[in-house]
Amino acid sequence: MQKHTVTIGIFALFAVIAGLAQAGLLTPYHVSVLMFMGVNIMLATSLNLVNGYMGEFSCGHGGFMCVGAYVSSICTVLMFSKNQMLGAPLLPGYLTFIGFPVALLVGSLAAAVAGLVVAIPSFKTRGDYLAIITLAANYIVISAINNMEIFGGPRGFMGMSATENGMKAVLDIPWMLIFVMLGTLFTVWLLRRFVTSTLGKGVPAISQDEIAAEIMSVDTNRMKLIAFMLSSGLAGLAGGLYAHILGYVNPQSFDIMRSTEIMVMVYLGGMGSLSGTALAAILFTVLMEALRFLGVWKWVVIPLLLILLMQFRPEGLMGNKELSDLFPKLRKYYSFK
Amino acid sequence: MSLLEINGLTRRFGGLIAVNDFNIELGEHELVALIGPNGAGKTTVFNLISGFYQPSEGSVRLNGQDTKGLRPHQVTALGVARTFQGIRLWGEMHVLDNIRIAQHYRLGYSLMDCFLRTKNYTQREKAIDAIAWELLEAMDLKDCAYELPRNLPYGVQRRVEIARAMSVKPSLLLLDEPAAGLNSSDVEGLIKLVRWIYDNYPVTIWMIEHQMKVVMSLCSRIKVVDFGTTIADGTPEEIQKNPTVIKAYLGDDTI
Amino acid sequence: MEIFQHILNALQFGSFYALIALGYTLVYGVLRLINFAHGDIFMVGAYIAFFVAVSLLGTGGLPLGLEMNPALALAITVPVTMILTSLVGVALERTMYRPLRRKGANRLYVVITALMAGLMLENGNLALLGATRKSFPDLIDKVVWNLGDGVSVTNLKVIVIVAAIAVFLFLETIVSKTKIGMAMRGISYDKFAIPLMGIPLDTIIVFTFILGSSMAGLAGILFAMSYPILEPYMGALIGWKAFIAAVVGGIGDIRGAIVGGFLLGFIEIGVVAVFPSTLRDLFAFSVLLIILWLRPTGIFGVAQTTKI
Repeated sequence: MQKHTVTIGIFALFAVIAGLAQAGLLTPYHVSVLMFMGVNIMLATSLNLVNGYMGEFSCGHGGFMCVGAYVSSICTVLMFSKNQMLGAPLLPGYLTFIGFPVALLVGSLAAAVAGLVVAIPSFKTRGDYLAIITLAANYIVISAINNMEIFGGPRGFMGMSATENGMKAVLDIPWMLIFVMLGTLFTVWLLRRFVTSTLGKGVPAISQDEIAAEIMSVDTNRMKLIAFMLSSGLAGLAGGLYAHILGYVNPQSFDIMRSTEIMVMVYLGGMGSLSGTALAAILFTVLMEALRFLGVWKWVVIPLLLILLMQFRPEGLMGNKELSDLFPKLRKYYSFK
Repeated sequence: MSLLEINGLTRRFGGLIAVNDFNIELGEHELVALIGPNGAGKTTVFNLISGFYQPSEGSVRLNGQDTKGLRPHQVTALGVARTFQGIRLWGEMHVLDNIRIAQHYRLGYSLMDCFLRTKNYTQREKAIDAIAWELLEAMDLKDCAYELPRNLPYGVQRRVEIARAMSVKPSLLLLDEPAAGLNSSDVEGLIKLVRWIYDNYPVTIWMIEHQMKVVMSLCSRIKVVDFGTTIADGTPEEIQKNPTVIKAYLGDDTI
Repeated sequence: MEIFQHILNALQFGSFYALIALGYTLVYGVLRLINFAHGDIFMVGAYIAFFVAVSLLGTGGLPLGLEMNPALALAITVPVTMILTSLVGVALERTMYRPLRRKGANRLYVVITALMAGLMLENGNLALLGATRKSFPDLIDKVVWNLGDGVSVTNLKVIVIVAAIAVFLFLETIVSKTKIGMAMRGISYDKFAIPLMGIPLDTIIVFTFILGSSMAGLAGILFAMSYPILEPYMGALIGWKAFIAAVVGGIGDIRGAIVGGFLLGFIEIGVVAVFPSTLRDLFAFSVLLIILWLRPTGIFGVAQTTKI
């Protein structure tokens, strides 16, 4: 029983948050901040697999998020809402409970396939050159969508709110919040299972000594493929949720600025620490909201804070330690068999 | 059929011939040394065997199978493990993980198994763990299982590297200068360890070594190379008397 | 004869990319550091040029009480801008990169610091000067030479192209012929051995930043003269593109920066000549991606061999 304390605790927390939102005790603003927090956790932890565990420098995570966001949005709009280009909804609203997760899955798979653009060159090259490939991939995704008039081009794409409305018509509870919380849990759970297995430990082995890894029987190409595709696929999932939280997306929201934000969360938390990254994502989201009053100065103060952090704690908040390394007692309360 | 069969192995880097027409045949359960002056192409031979370089000419056969075109991890899966001249452990992961990861080629579970933690996954991870602990115990490394390699003394790091190679369950173990940088008591320990491995595992050990003490007390057969070419092959006694070898090491005094 | 016009435009655009790419490549060649703030240093250069120019012309900026003629103002603006811009670059190095280097921090943290420094420059500018665009004063009389068949070239275009080539030759000479250039190359091979050889590491690094940033300042002036609208984010996209150009050329190699910069200029103008201009970025980045797929270390880059 004790072993399940953390798991039960997480679900209890989710239930409490959903309950508070349902009862109207959390304002829509707070709910949206919580949802963005979840999305940020997903983005940062998934990027950490590549930038932290594998020691690469991927700076185009926003591009994969974009692929996931658009593909899943197109799916749900096609299924559940009326669109000038894509026509009338194909399915009745109550099927959103199946349709939405399927759309998210399709979006994630599309993003994972897009991850191949980066994964395949990574067989031959690494470091700064790979960083440019990720950067170029990010730009290519954005400008490709900018040129797709059918999906609104630079003006953006909308109609995703029909999905949550379809769910709410059946039962009026904060569905999107619940989906985001489950998505966040799923992401961290999946990554955690991967990096703690002997299979997944091949990834940090590549970062620490790629030649030794290859010669000591680690199929480095396969590991890179898994790491990049898993990372971009989960970013796609986060993108899909993000698009359905807002009900509207445009390509500019996935540009280099977004990728930079995600990178900042990873390095703030510490490379190679999932719990550190998750904490950093929470902290970063809160900070972004708390400093809203600064207006344009916000984006002067936040970089300054990060620069100071790099100067005084260059390994990030947690280094490559997990929460359970810092507080060994925590181990008693969960089991990740 | 011999374990390792190298025929006419040649490797050129641009105009430089690092290895020239190298031949050797190793049977099962042998202990052989490869010696030669610095820059003679010894490590290149090991790199060619482990698939890190592709040969310019000639072939490497393991149990009759040509390794041409195989990537290093595939060669390792055929039962070739090695250590490196400069120690190449994964410095940020503890010793136990280092030894677990080297069993990657026989994980025996898929990515899905890993996500779902199936029965197969649990069993395989247990087996991998068991092998790792067995080796740690046998090589007296149990106390540092959770230490990071970079925090360990050099001699212990060497032992960890050999243990990591042994976790591949190799039929051919290549040791690249295992005694380099060790003090004399560590060298004694190393000799004992290699002897113990040889006595307890069905493995052929082939080592590059400069310290004659190690070579002479362990190996039954020595091959000498210089400028990429084999200049002698024989028992320790024969090699010690061979004039070409003496000339390669001490220089030609006729000039 | 449209094609000649396109070539001239490509050369002009390529010159901007090349000038900025040189700054990336110089710093990278010495420190193995991607100085992501470099695009914004270019932007700062353009703004500095603006303030110096309007102050000298007496149309704004500092009330110096001068009303110089434009040609003299230009002659003063160029060196002053280059000096002030290089001070910005050196300030970044001194306050942010050097302390991290001394602490032996992971290289990636230095890169993140550079990214953040760039954001600070961009948004600091936005916060201080507001979102209104500044329009750069005319410093030279525009002369258009007609080359027949509808091909025309302005004196400004010629100046830009000539400046890029001159800067390339100047830097190539410094790096390959002078002692300080030798020290710069030495640092890129072994940062730890250099101080042991009695070479002042930090001085050389500061010198590198001066060179790179002053070239960004020069690019800033020329850009502002060619496209006289300044805004805080002008450095971001052109900076990223120039960086990609530097990598495609083979980052760390001065010839690579020039070739990469001009290549990007030609690709972009070539795309716009054939397709709608919205496809420019898509094509340009795709072509660069393909080049990197085929030649992972860029055109002039040498693959690093690992020994075991």
